[in-house]
Amino acid sequence: MRFLIPLIVFLLLSVFLAIGLTRDPHEVPSPLVGKPAPAFTLSRLDDPQRQFGSEQLKGEVSLLNVWASWCTACRQEHQILLALAGRVNVPLYGLNYKDEREAGLGWLQRLGNPYRISVSDPDGKVGMNWGVYGVPETFVIDKRGVIRYKQIGPVTEDVLEGVLLPLIRQLQAEEATA
Amino acid sequence: MFLLLIVWFSAPLLAVEVRQFAGPEEKQRYENLLRDLRCLVCQNQSLADSDADLARDLRDEVYKMIHDGKSEQEASQFLVDRYGDFVLYRPPFKLQTVLLWIGPLLVLMVALAVAGHQARLRVRAAGARLSVDERARLNDLKNRLGE
Repeated sequence: MRFLIPLIVFLLLSVFLAIGLTRDPHEVPSPLVGKPAPAFTLSRLDDPQRQFGSEQLKGEVSLLNVWASWCTACRQEHQILLALAGRVNVPLYGLNYKDEREAGLGWLQRLGNPYRISVSDPDGKVGMNWGVYGVPETFVIDKRGVIRYKQIGPVTEDVLEGVLLPLIRQLQAEEATA
Repeated sequence: MFLLLIVWFSAPLLAVEVRQFAGPEEKQRYENLLRDLRCLVCQNQSLADSDADLARDLRDEVYKMIHDGKSEQEASQFLVDRYGDFVLYRPPFKLQTVLLWIGPLLVLMVALAVAGHQARLRVRAAGARLSVDERARLNDLKNRLGE
């Protein structure tokens, strides 16, 4: 019986370490999930005279994608974002994070524009309020304007199919006043 | 070579900007905070050590809050609200972190219990191994002590 004790300790340790291995230490769970989207009003990237703000995120399920022309992982997810519109009827908004306006516009012109509206956040202040710590990040916002999910890192095919689309469909089915 | 060494050793200091403070006490509060806050990008560095872009922004923000007379508590809460408890190098004591705080104590208690148990077993085993003569002497000694 006594020889079992080290074995049990070993197995317990193995289980804990194995769980640890499956986690990505770079993914910091956001305290903002389940909370109303932080308020902002920013100029539109395409037309700085016009503004877009968090109030306009209410009323329908939407996505807010944080991107920058200097971010390589954003290029990686760009094709997926372009394809997104064909899969599900959801507005995708862009937060152009710490970027030059010309660089951002040039990027959309070259690679295509998946966004309904992009706003510029040149000093990253709004990004900070949203808890952004690495681009790209994508937020799923419900009809009430509450953040329901945050994708850290690029949206891949797996993330889109496995997480985002099911969640978006579920949120779209929810009552706006729930 | 010497110059190279100087550059090498001064590099970590370059991450912290030159700031104006109202007094040494304010400076102290600012520096304490930066040491206790974690950089989200390079997670094994504090805000004070990190040269990441975000760390620089967050330092600016912390500086502004301290300069405006906010408490250290308020400044770190600002970051916790946005990035969660993860930004704190000293995790708060709550249900999720209970094991983190009392875990070592639990392990120590289990170890002491096991050690005590083992010691008692050994004493008993030693007692069982006495020869008839030794047992007689032990009883003899016990009797004498009892008198």
